[in-house]
Amino acid sequence: MSAESEASQRRGRATNFLRAADVIIRRESLRFVQQRGRFIAALVRPLVWLFIFAAGFRTVLGVSIQPPYVTYVLYEVYITPGLCGMILLFAGMQSSLSMVYDREMGSMRVLLVSPLPRWYLLICKLMAGVIVAVVQVYVFLLIAWFWEVEPPLYGYITVLPALLLAGFMLGALGLLLSSVIKQLENFAGVMNFVIFPMFFASSALYPLWRVRESSVLLWQICSVNPFTHAVEMIRFALHGQFDLLSTAITLGCTLLFLAIAIYGYDPGRGFMQTRR
Amino acid sequence: MSGDALEIDDLSHSFGQRQALKNVSFTIASGAFTILLGQNGAGKTTLFNLITRLYNNRTGHIRIFGVEMRADPGNALARLGVVFQQRAVDLDLTVRQNLHYHGGLHGLSSSEAKERSEAELQRFDLAERGDDRVRELSGGQVRRVEIARALIHRPKLLLLDEPTVGLDIGSRQTILDHVRRLCDEDGIGVLWATHLIDEASDADSIVILHQGEIKAVGAAHTVCKEAGAQTLRDAFTTLTKDPAAEPAPA
Repeated sequence: MSAESEASQRRGRATNFLRAADVIIRRESLRFVQQRGRFIAALVRPLVWLFIFAAGFRTVLGVSIQPPYVTYVLYEVYITPGLCGMILLFAGMQSSLSMVYDREMGSMRVLLVSPLPRWYLLICKLMAGVIVAVVQVYVFLLIAWFWEVEPPLYGYITVLPALLLAGFMLGALGLLLSSVIKQLENFAGVMNFVIFPMFFASSALYPLWRVRESSVLLWQICSVNPFTHAVEMIRFALHGQFDLLSTAITLGCTLLFLAIAIYGYDPGRGFMQTRR
Repeated sequence: MSGDALEIDDLSHSFGQRQALKNVSFTIASGAFTILLGQNGAGKTTLFNLITRLYNNRTGHIRIFGVEMRADPGNALARLGVVFQQRAVDLDLTVRQNLHYHGGLHGLSSSEAKERSEAELQRFDLAERGDDRVRELSGGQVRRVEIARALIHRPKLLLLDEPTVGLDIGSRQTILDHVRRLCDEDGIGVLWATHLIDEASDADSIVILHQGEIKAVGAAHTVCKEAGAQTLRDAFTTLTKDPAAEPAPA
């Protein structure tokens, strides 16, 4: 084969990869736009926390000055990064749920029998879910702005990579769960064992020093919870700052979860092999 | 390129201790309509999952037009169209959106996907329903969309796993006629898995699978002759009879 035809074959292959990514992302976006209930539910959940929960707690719970904040902040401001994380967490789990459903129904099979490498297809699927989730976060941040949650304008740009990385980590966790969950019925239990502990045992709702005052054990659990680090990364990024520790931990967890999920979906070694 | 569309050679598969397929071997010629007959639980779906690489085969060989599935899955899968037993199209998207999605997964450009979608919609009498959501279609129409989807990248081998389950007699016949025409007109090799014997005709190649083992392979009349039966139904009954249920010889 000549060098020219090899190069053209490589270009053709690269185009196939891009086309597949394009249709997977487009399909996820179309599904999201057409399921308006899902969009509204995804927004209402954090807004209820912001409007009602935070309003009640602002008088009880004082938040002292702590990085990245340089003054005392309203409780609404404190929990906003946590609520952004909540949107990404629910989106990751929702996408995982839809993958288990798709697998039972057959559309996941269609994706997996297309001629591209399986790891690539899974990453595309993950990316599609993350893009849709990040759009939801921005809509939430826009509404929150009218509720006196006003990070610096550049924060809306600097938070984007943090949202994408946190979304990838939580989406990869969802992907991992979908590879080990055998049936749709088992999903509700896993949601209770994953979403609620992850959200509540984190720095999303209360600063970690507050948690430490009430329970050292709980503080230790919160400190190793990857969701805590995703939230802290978002918190700093929303104020134009970069937190190395939380970013490194989020990135590490993303790679770990993704590797296990890809292993789980591998036809030769993974969990699907032993399943009827 | 090999003359056989599909070549299964000494394929076995187990789930834990239970062996689902035992030394399965058969071939499908290009352009042939082959019926894979087996009762529920015979191992048809496991065989499909192996051919489509949802599971990896640990033993034996699967070759699609001579391309070994384990060695070059991308190349082998590109030649394969699959209609699964479960619904695989998205109910909330329109028929056209579904077809474009599947075209993209196989590397078709947007214009190619559109052009081929229109051709398949015409072929399956679905052109007028192209902008309807799949949810609004009847069961028979959804199955036709599934087949159109599986053909969008113009595969030369089409696998269908119980494609007429849950359909009325008229819809079953329409789908069967459509797929037979694909063999005749486009030279596509077809493997049609079913437990419904009346879907087979005398001209078809038959593979009978029972409890994970191949019991007969060949043209319908050859299978009947070898089983000493007048009809395919009788041959199937004879070949899949549980030996334990037979009365002890006198």
